[in-house]
Amino acid sequence: MKSITYFPGCTHHTNGRNMESSGKAVLETLGYQLEEMPEWICCGTVFGLSEDDLFHQVAPIRNLARVENAGDDKLVTMCAMCYNTLGRANLLVRKDKVALEALNRFMDDEPDYHGVVDVFHLSQFLRDEVGFEKISSKVRRPLKGLKVMPYYGCLLLRPEEVSIDSMEDPTIICDILEAVGVQSIKGSYISQCCGSYHTVDKKEAVARRAFEIISSARKKGAEMIALACPLCEFNLDDRQRLLSDNGMPVLYFTELLALAFGLEDSCDFDEHYVDPRPLLREKGLLGGSNGQE
Amino acid sequence: MELADSELLIRITELSGENLRSCYQCGKCSASCPMTDFMDLFPRDVIKQILEGKEQVLLSETPWVCASCFSCTVRCPNEIDIAGVMEAVRQIRLREKYDRFHPSRIPLDELEGLPQIALIGCFRKMTG
Ligand code: SF4
Ligand code: SF4
Repeated sequence: MKSITYFPGCTHHTNGRNMESSGKAVLETLGYQLEEMPEWICCGTVFGLSEDDLFHQVAPIRNLARVENAGDDKLVTMCAMCYNTLGRANLLVRKDKVALEALNRFMDDEPDYHGVVDVFHLSQFLRDEVGFEKISSKVRRPLKGLKVMPYYGCLLLRPEEVSIDSMEDPTIICDILEAVGVQSIKGSYISQCCGSYHTVDKKEAVARRAFEIISSARKKGAEMIALACPLCEFNLDDRQRLLSDNGMPVLYFTELLALAFGLEDSCDFDEHYVDPRPLLREKGLLGGSNGQE
Repeated sequence: MELADSELLIRITELSGENLRSCYQCGKCSASCPMTDFMDLFPRDVIKQILEGKEQVLLSETPWVCASCFSCTVRCPNEIDIAGVMEAVRQIRLREKYDRFHPSRIPLDELEGLPQIALIGCFRKMTG
C-alpha cells in the first residue's frame, strides 16, 4: 500500500463526507492509503485576487510549508476550491520570489517554504498516477446503463494556469467514469458556475443556476449528475429544495467508483437531498447482483 | 491626446494589476457571465465605467453578484482578468469598513445546513 498525503479542507469532514469516505475506500482498493496531513488549516476557500493582498496567501502557503517540512512533495485534495486556492498560491510563490520571502518572514514560527510541493486534485491523481486501466481492473459491478452528466464547475478548470484539463472541452471525469462502465453524457453547462458561495447570501440565484444546469442535463438525457466539489454538490443537490422540478440525483464521482468497486457501504446516501437509491435500484446497481438489498 | 487616468482607474489598476485600457468593449465577458440576470451593470459596462472614471461604479450591484467563476477572465481576448477587477471594486468598498453581508442575516435554521466552504467563501468576499 502506498501512502499519499491528503488535505481534507473544511467541508469533507462534514457536509462533504461522502466524497471523503468513498474516495478513501476507492483509493485503498487501488493500493493507496490517504494520510491526512498533520495540522492542516483552512486554505481560505477563495484565492485572493488583489495584487497587494499577500495576507490571504498565508493560509495556503502555511499548509504547503508544513507538507514540505514533513518531507513530502505531493499533496492531494478532493475539493475543487482547495485545489484552486492551494494550487494558485503555490504558482504565485513559485513565480514571485519576493512574495515568497515576505510570506516566509511573516510565518517565522514555521520552517520556510521553497515551492517544492505539487498540488493535485483527486481526479488528476486517478488519471495521471493510477490510470484508467487499473481503475477498470477493480470493477466488480460495471455501472452499465446509467446515464451520467459529469459536472466540472469552475475551479478545476479556471483560470488556465491551474486547469486540470481542457478549459472548454474537459473529459477527465467522463474518462474516469467510463472506466467503470458509466455512459457519460456531455452537457452544455458542465463548466458553468453553480453560484458558489452566493448560496449563503443569494440562495434564489443559486437555485436558478441549479435549475438551468439540471434542465440542460435532462435535455441531454442524463439521469444523474456526478461532480467533484462539496460546494457544487450542495448547490446542485440541496438547493433543489427550492425548485419544483427537484428529482435529479447528484453524486460525487467517487461514490460511483465506490459502487462499481462493490464498496457502496462507504457511501451514506441519506446525506443527499435527492435520494439516488430508487434510480440505482431500478438499474440493478444496488445491493445484491439482482439489485435487491 | 491621451486623457489622464482618473484616480479610480489608477486605484483599480493597482489593486487588480490589470491593464483595463486594452479593453475594446467586445462584450465577451458579459456574454460568458452566468450571473448577469442578477446584475445591474454587465461586466463590460463595469470596465467601461472604470475607464471613464465614473465613481458611481463603486455602488453597482454587479461586483457583489459576481461569483468569481473566471469565465470572463479566460475568454477576454485582451487577457484582462475581469474577475480580478470585480475583486478590486469590492476591495475598495470593503477597505472603507463596508460590510456587504452580515452573518446575522442567515436564518438560524439554514445556518446549520450550510457547508463551511460556502460560509467562509462568502465572508471572505463580502466582508472587510
Ligand atoms: S471581454 Fe475583455 S475586451 Fe471584451 S469587453 Fe470584456 S474586458 Fe473588454
Ligand atoms: S467572474 Fe464574475 S463577472 Fe466574470 S463571468 Fe464569473 S460571475 Fe461573471
